[in-house]
Parts: sequence; C-alpha cells; structure tokens
Amino acid sequence: MNVGAPEPVIQFENVTLSFGDKPALENISFSLDRGETMILLGATGSGKSVLLKLAMGLLAPDSGKIFVLGQDISHMRDLDLFAVRQKIGMVFQEGALFDSLKVGENVGYVFERMPEVNAAEAERRVLEALRFVGLEHTVGLFPSELSGGMRRRVAIARAIVAQPELMLYDSPTAGLDPITAKRIMTLIVKQRDLRQVSSLLVTHRVQDAWKLALSYYDPQQDKLVTMSRNGDSKTSFLVLREGEIAFVGSLSELAGHTDSYVKKFVT
Amino acid sequence: MGLVDDYAKHRILAVQDFTLLSTRTLQSLFRSPRYITDIIQQMDFIGFGSLPIVVLTGFFTGAVLALQMAKTLATFGETSLTGQLVMLSLVRELGPVLTSLMVAGRNSSGMASELGSMVVSEQIEAMRALGTDPVKKLVAPRLIATVIMLPMLTVISDFIGLFGGFATSFFVIRLNPNQYWYSAYQALEYEDIFQGLLKPFVFAFIVALVGCYYGLRTTGGTQGVGKSTTQAVVAASVLILICDFFITKLLLWMLG
Ligand SMILES: Nc1ncnc2c1ncn2[C@@H]1O[C@H](COP(=O)(O)OP(=O)(O)OP(=O)(O)O)[C@@H](O)[C@H]1O
Ligand SMILES: [Mg+2]
Repeated sequence: MNVGAPEPVIQFENVTLSFGDKPALENISFSLDRGETMILLGATGSGKSVLLKLAMGLLAPDSGKIFVLGQDISHMRDLDLFAVRQKIGMVFQEGALFDSLKVGENVGYVFERMPEVNAAEAERRVLEALRFVGLEHTVGLFPSELSGGMRRRVAIARAIVAQPELMLYDSPTAGLDPITAKRIMTLIVKQRDLRQVSSLLVTHRVQDAWKLALSYYDPQQDKLVTMSRNGDSKTSFLVLREGEIAFVGSLSELAGHTDSYVKKFVT
Repeated sequence: MGLVDDYAKHRILAVQDFTLLSTRTLQSLFRSPRYITDIIQQMDFIGFGSLPIVVLTGFFTGAVLALQMAKTLATFGETSLTGQLVMLSLVRELGPVLTSLMVAGRNSSGMASELGSMVVSEQIEAMRALGTDPVKKLVAPRLIATVIMLPMLTVISDFIGLFGGFATSFFVIRLNPNQYWYSAYQALEYEDIFQGLLKPFVFAFIVALVGCYYGLRTTGGTQGVGKSTTQAVVAASVLILICDFFITKLLLWMLG
C-alpha cells in the first residue's frame, strides 16, 4: 500500500436516498482516506446499513455522487462493479452466509469469479482466512451447524479472503458475548495494522469504538496494546441521526461535542 | 379513484418488473459463466423430485377419465372409443395442464420461498457483493431445468395416465384390452403430440419465472417469504390456465 498523500478510498458527495417518501439518507458528504478507519454510530434505523450498502454499490443513490477506490460507482451496473467490489470486503449485519454451501465453500465463493486463482491456491487462502478467525476446523460444516458468533467470524473470513483494500463491517460485534466481541475487535485491528486496510465500521458498542481508536496490534505479543489518551488521527467518527449527519470528526472532537444526541454515543 | 389508480399502477409496475427479470434471465443464458452444476442440481430437484406427484396425478386422472368417458359413451353404445378419448384429453389438455399445475404448486412455491429467504437474510446482496449475478446464478438454472424437465414429466404423466385409463377400463368397465390400446393408438396424431409438448414448454417459463420473480421481490422478513410463496403459486397456476386457453385457441386456428 502506498503511504503518502492522502487519497480518499470512499467519498460521498451530497448523497440522498429515499425508500418511498421517507428519506433514509439525506445530503451525506464525507470522505475516508486510505489506511484509515471510520466508525459509524447512530440509533437503529438511522441509515447506517444503507450507507454501507451504498458504498458497496448494492443500492444506488437518488442523487449525489459516490466515489470508491477512485471510481464513480453511483450508477454503475453490477457487471461493471465487480472489478471495484473485488477490492472490498463486506461483513453484513446478519452475516449473510449462503446456507446451502459449506463454510469452506462460503469463504472461497469469491474465487469462483477469479479464474487467475487456481483451486489449490484458493483452498490454501480459504484455510488461511479461517485460521485467522480461529475456525479452520469448521471448513466442512454448514453455517446452520455453527453458533451465531462463529457465523459472524466466518462472515469476516469470507470478507477478508481476497485481501481487500477496503473493509465494510456492519455491526460485527452486535449481540455477542464480551469474549467473542473482543476476539472480533482484535481481528479487525489486526487486519488494519498488519495490512493497512481502510475500513468503515458500524457499531452500537462504544467500547468497540474506543478499542479501535485507542489501541494497536502488537505482533510480538499477538494482542492489542492501548496507546496514549487521545488516540491516533487515523480513526474518525461519523454519527448519523435519522439519515442526516449529526457529527463527523476525530475522537477528541467527538469527546468535546455538546450536542445531546451525539453525547449519548460517547458515554 | 385514487385506490384504483394505485392498484393499476402497481399492476403495471409488476408487469414491467417481471418483463425485466425475464429479459435479463434470457440474456444471461448467452453469457458465461454457466453454472452447469446448478442446472443439474435443479433438474434433479424439479424433475426427479416431482416424479411421485406427477405419476400419481397422471394415473388417477387417466383412471377417472376412463370412468367418466365410458359412462357417457355407454349411452351411445360406443364404449370401445374410451381409449381414444382418454388418449386425446390426456395428451392435449390434462397431461400438460395438470402436470404443470402440480409442478407449479411444488416448485414455483419452492423457488419463491428459497429465493425469498435468501433476500431477507441478505444472501442475495452478499452474492452481488461477491461478484455473482443472482439472475444468472439462481434464476437461469431454475429456468433451464424447468424447461427441460417439464415436457419430460408431461410425457411420463401422459403414459401413466394412459395406464390409469387402461386399468379402469379393464378391471372396472371390463373392456377388451386390445380395443382400448388400439383406439388410443389410432387416435393420436402428430398435431396432438406437438400441442402436448408445446404447452409444457411454455408453462415451464411461467413456473420458473413467476416463482423466481416473487421470491426476488420479497420484502418484510419471514412473513414476507410466506406471502411471496402463496402469491407465486396462485399467479403461476392462474397464468398457466389462461395461457392454456390462448395456446389452444391459437393452435386450433393455425392447424385448422
Ligand atoms: N430495502 C429497504 N426498503 C425500504 N426501507 C428500507 C430498506 N432498507 C432500509 N430501509 C429503511 O431505511 C432506514 C435506515 O435503515 P438501516 O438499515 O440503514 O438502519 P440502521 O442504521 O442500520 O439500523 P440498525 O442499527 O438497527 O441496523 C430505516 O428506516 C429502514 O426502514
Ligand atoms: Mg443496520
């Protein structure tokens, strides 16, 4: 990855999208630079998942423009989007594993469209991705045979298997016990710090946000280490309120914000 | 007035969506990659899986036809024509229509519920995110499999129906077996076979596309899946019966 002049991997310009008469997102503008992480907060139904789907090109905006990895994807057809999507990994809110396929096939699904990766190489990478989430023994199982937290981890393995430059995580730790949640957060930070992956992460849990902003992965100890008070400048926050941006900025700006809605997410 | 307008608008939009899905499916047939294993899997599921119900409906339809025909024909003293009537009704109408209705009940609903649950659990979106066109991966194999299997199932159903008719005419009506088979065989013409195969071919499009269409436009969670499933069966069945009328009319007009 080229570290140098900041270059946005995601850029939204005045994006608006409505379902029926009700706007789900209104006039959203922000950008995320390469190698950085943005944490997306907001009440349920405020449009976080919709925003991620727009960034993946799964939904098209009514107006405004969306640039991802340098390309204007606002109104691209699915067929043309593949080249862009190949570089993005997405973890859906409910995992969205294919329940007719085994875990290994789920994780290796993306290689079906990549003839340049041969079968042996694909299998090796599938196992590697599953090892990364600590689930290599589940290769031959069906998703229905796994627990919810395991399924979430498989979904993460599926998203990282093609080594994307950009990760979109939709509530990866929602409804999980603290141990599994911590494991997943460690995984995300590891991914960020080892491979300089940019990510956009939706979460309801403030602890997750803190962890991302305030810790880094130490490969020697194989765990997360907390760093100084103010966190790194590579993590920014975006708070949504009923489809509109209530706040966008860094951790210290967020901590000092006075708006009562925004403050609720910090404490 | 507003309500009627809304209703009409919804219908027209639905027809438009359905046409769009059909066009995209047909277009996708000519583009690689082709999901051969999916096609074979669907053929097994739709063709082999529907065999029991198709055999049962076929047999009893033939059997009851013979029963009814023989009774009517007896009033003219022409029970020897039972075979002929059973054969023609089966091959031209009842074989294709009943088989398609049974397959619609089993497979349009199956497709709608399977694709519907994939929609509500975001699997369709995940598929698109991973670079696969759901129309190509899911709809096209189902369409191809149905188009291949439904005519075959119809032929099987016709045969079994003929045996059903034979069973009643032999065991119940006590007709001469040779007479039954001879009149049945004599009655059949190429036009009938053509008609009998054209219908399931057309109905296969209805079964597969309607099932997939309702599945893919599912909204509203598991409840929505149930709704799509019901709607798919109803719409497919009604469309099959309507199409049957127009195909028959067209063929009568063309073949004289
Ligand atoms: N496919 C859709 N059709 C119609 N409305 C939708 C659709 N997807 C989302 N919405 C609406 O858009 C709004 C935002 O939904 P979204 O899923 O983005 O919420 P969210 O912020 O992710 O909430 P949560 O934290 O509960 O996941 C909601 O009001 C929802 O009803
Ligand atoms: Mg959501």
